[in-house]
Amino acid sequence: MLPAILLSGLAVGAVYALIGVTYNVMFSASRVMSFTAGQLGMLGGVLGAAFIGVLGLPSIVGFVLTLAGCALVGVATEIIAVRPVLKSLEQHLYVLSTLALALLIQQFTAINWSTEPQPFPTLLGFRDGGVGDEKFWLPIAACAATVVGLELLYRRTLIGRAFLAIAEDNFAARALGLPERNLRMASYALAGVIGGLAGFASGQLLLAFFANGAMLNFYGFVPVALGGLGNNRGAIISGLGLGVFQQAANFTVGGVFASVAVFSVFIIVLLVAPQGLFGAPAQRRV
Amino acid sequence: MSAVTNAPARPAAAKRGSMGMLRQLLPFLGILAAALILPAVSNDYWTLIATRAAIYWVLVSGLNLVVGFAGQLAIGWVAMLTLGAYTTSVLVLGNVTTPFPAFVALAIASAVGAVFGFIVGLPALRLRTFYFAMTTLGFATIVTQIALAWQDVTGGGIGVPGPVLPAPFDTIIGFYLFCLGVAVFCTWITANVAHSRFGRSLVAIRDADVAAESAGISKPLLLGSVFLFAGACAGFAGGLFATLQSYISPEAFTFELSVMFFISILIGGRGSILGPLIATIVLTWLPEFAAPLVVWSTFLYAALLLLIVLAVPGGIASLLDFRSRRKIEADRTIIPRPELLPEILGDRTTPGAITLKNVVLSFGGVRAIDGLDLAIEPGQVHGLIGPNGSGKTTTLNVICGFYRPEAGSVTLGTKPLAVGAPHTRAAEGIARTFQTPRLIGEASVLQNVMVGGAIRGQGSFVESLLSLPRHRRDEAMLRHDAMLALNIVGLGGLAEVRADRLQHSELRFLEIARALMLRPRFLLLDEPAAGLSVEEIRCLGLLIRAISRQGTGVLLVEHHADLIFDICDHVTVLNLGRELAAGTPAEIRVHSEVVSAYLGS
Repeated sequence: MLPAILLSGLAVGAVYALIGVTYNVMFSASRVMSFTAGQLGMLGGVLGAAFIGVLGLPSIVGFVLTLAGCALVGVATEIIAVRPVLKSLEQHLYVLSTLALALLIQQFTAINWSTEPQPFPTLLGFRDGGVGDEKFWLPIAACAATVVGLELLYRRTLIGRAFLAIAEDNFAARALGLPERNLRMASYALAGVIGGLAGFASGQLLLAFFANGAMLNFYGFVPVALGGLGNNRGAIISGLGLGVFQQAANFTVGGVFASVAVFSVFIIVLLVAPQGLFGAPAQRRV
Repeated sequence: MSAVTNAPARPAAAKRGSMGMLRQLLPFLGILAAALILPAVSNDYWTLIATRAAIYWVLVSGLNLVVGFAGQLAIGWVAMLTLGAYTTSVLVLGNVTTPFPAFVALAIASAVGAVFGFIVGLPALRLRTFYFAMTTLGFATIVTQIALAWQDVTGGGIGVPGPVLPAPFDTIIGFYLFCLGVAVFCTWITANVAHSRFGRSLVAIRDADVAAESAGISKPLLLGSVFLFAGACAGFAGGLFATLQSYISPEAFTFELSVMFFISILIGGRGSILGPLIATIVLTWLPEFAAPLVVWSTFLYAALLLLIVLAVPGGIASLLDFRSRRKIEADRTIIPRPELLPEILGDRTTPGAITLKNVVLSFGGVRAIDGLDLAIEPGQVHGLIGPNGSGKTTTLNVICGFYRPEAGSVTLGTKPLAVGAPHTRAAEGIARTFQTPRLIGEASVLQNVMVGGAIRGQGSFVESLLSLPRHRRDEAMLRHDAMLALNIVGLGGLAEVRADRLQHSELRFLEIARALMLRPRFLLLDEPAAGLSVEEIRCLGLLIRAISRQGTGVLLVEHHADLIFDICDHVTVLNLGRELAAGTPAEIRVHSEVVSAYLGS
């Protein structure tokens, strides 16, 4: 029993963590929290099921196309919903523009795909439903790969360092001559890839379902809030923890109370430590 | 040359006021007339659609104060509708308790909505926009899940029958007229709040929260009241919704519905009542316009939202706001009338000086204020000068309670001023202006000034809701004093103009007018002369001087040495957070260190 809870918890948690990272990557580049993060995860599952399951493409081709599609959606987010409002003095406009875009994506999927959860094809052939089932291991592997990949990107490559510079101090980075706009678009493409990967890897676990977007939006945001904005390590740890906590509550007290428990923890932590468990408080400007 | 100087004669103002009132009311009366005619000229189907619109408006009108006025992004307000619907249905059905009469159940649903509205709203006091949006969204999800799972009470996925109102409200037309009546009532009370000090304070919290705090507006109290109210409206709407549906299940309360409420307000325009009303009617009616649109309705709402955000951030209300497009005179001169000051600043007691003793404050490793002593005496102008970064504004912020000093004390008379509590300063009679004017661009000049007197009102939130006598007295008093303050600073002719159409120098004088609304015993001015012309600086000097002669202690943070030396009784020179010199202007002018460090020879 315990290993099963732990495994499914880590698997779900890995998805939440990856959506959290998706939020963070977009936030770091633009100081914008985008409602499209969860939709990218949803699209990963739906596109994967469409390419491989419906069109019958080979898994690897479907995988690449899915990520490319999500990257495109990421860039579109930047162009349509983020760039036009960045100039505006109204700080909250981005909440509305990204919410609108997220709803457009969700409704479009609901109408053109299906309003019912659709099956996601088996990728590797391990479908026994037990601890060896690939539906648990794929999200965990995706999460691990993302952690390693981001670490390499940020530490070893020039473009990764440029991302960090933009995240650290936008104005200073621009003064140094960094192409801020292109880097921002690249960040959104990267966020699209990570979100898409999360959705693709969890396709068998969460199915290809249009409503996953809204669900992931919330459960993916919890790790960001707990871990602190822009803090990827915090998001990964909090995400995995959230998944295990949720599954444990699921098994012990039942689904509804698990949701209530997650929500309560989320609210309490936010009220006690608005900057997150791993973040530092910001000085107020008067 | 100028049409700005003289106050309009009273009768003319009163006449214009009632005309303006009528013009504002006209669209509402038109919509009401159309709503009353509708059942006579169409069939039951359209009456039901109109009933639905009325019910949605009951919810949206309350939510409008939260989203449109206070600027809180509550996107999951459908949760309150759900709670209200289930509470009413379950109480009337009597599967848990003995059956309740429908109207009692509606009242209880309203109370339940209010309580949960308050609970969900509380995090808004600490959380930023996106965070708060997410908490309301999470709450909405959970309410639906509970409705699904708590089968004994809610019937789970199958649902429960909705209540039936007693005669004469049990027919389609009777119920429609009842809902319409409630909607009219909600429009009236939200309009009352919108045009009260509470409504203006909400907008101030949204657009200029630091200024709102300095005006003594208590954010927790105000937002708490509004969340209670919006929850009550939504709970009541929920009961009506259950009656209309005649059978409710969790599926009826989708997130799409929540989004529709939210989007109605934004499409309608923030800070407006007519705009969201029109938007609610249109969005309710839109899917009926053509059958294929039903599937695409949420897609359409979202597209509309994106369009509004990107193209018309002011929404329908800004399109209908013809008055703000009228030209205002370009060649304007500010001519203050300090001789009116005794009317607003007369007969107050002065409690002694504001005294800073050995105040220390550092940001990280930098000591912004390093052991400062300062005394601001009533009736005197105290100048605070020094190079950039010498701690002038920081000192002002310590006095105003925005910064907590690490050591030292700030006292008023003999009483210490509470640290880190900026909203308590207004009650002590301490008013201030800001280096960059903090004003509500969308509100009129007069409304901006009235915000400054928010704490002088006597009536409660409920009295404002129902427009009781005390509320009306408050409004008359605030309006009169605000007009007076505007005439004093020389902006009387611009009272009805939107604040964001003013020139920069006018904004500086506007901030002083707003500060005067507190009838301040102390007035702290943060670089009031920045960006002013020579003539305007002269007027400003006369005005500040006149204010201090009424017994108000003035702290003047400035870079214009001429202004400082002209009008100050006492000058303190800061350098690196410490006092470099202090004395009369004549002494400072010849102080060798000051001359070499700051003034130049």
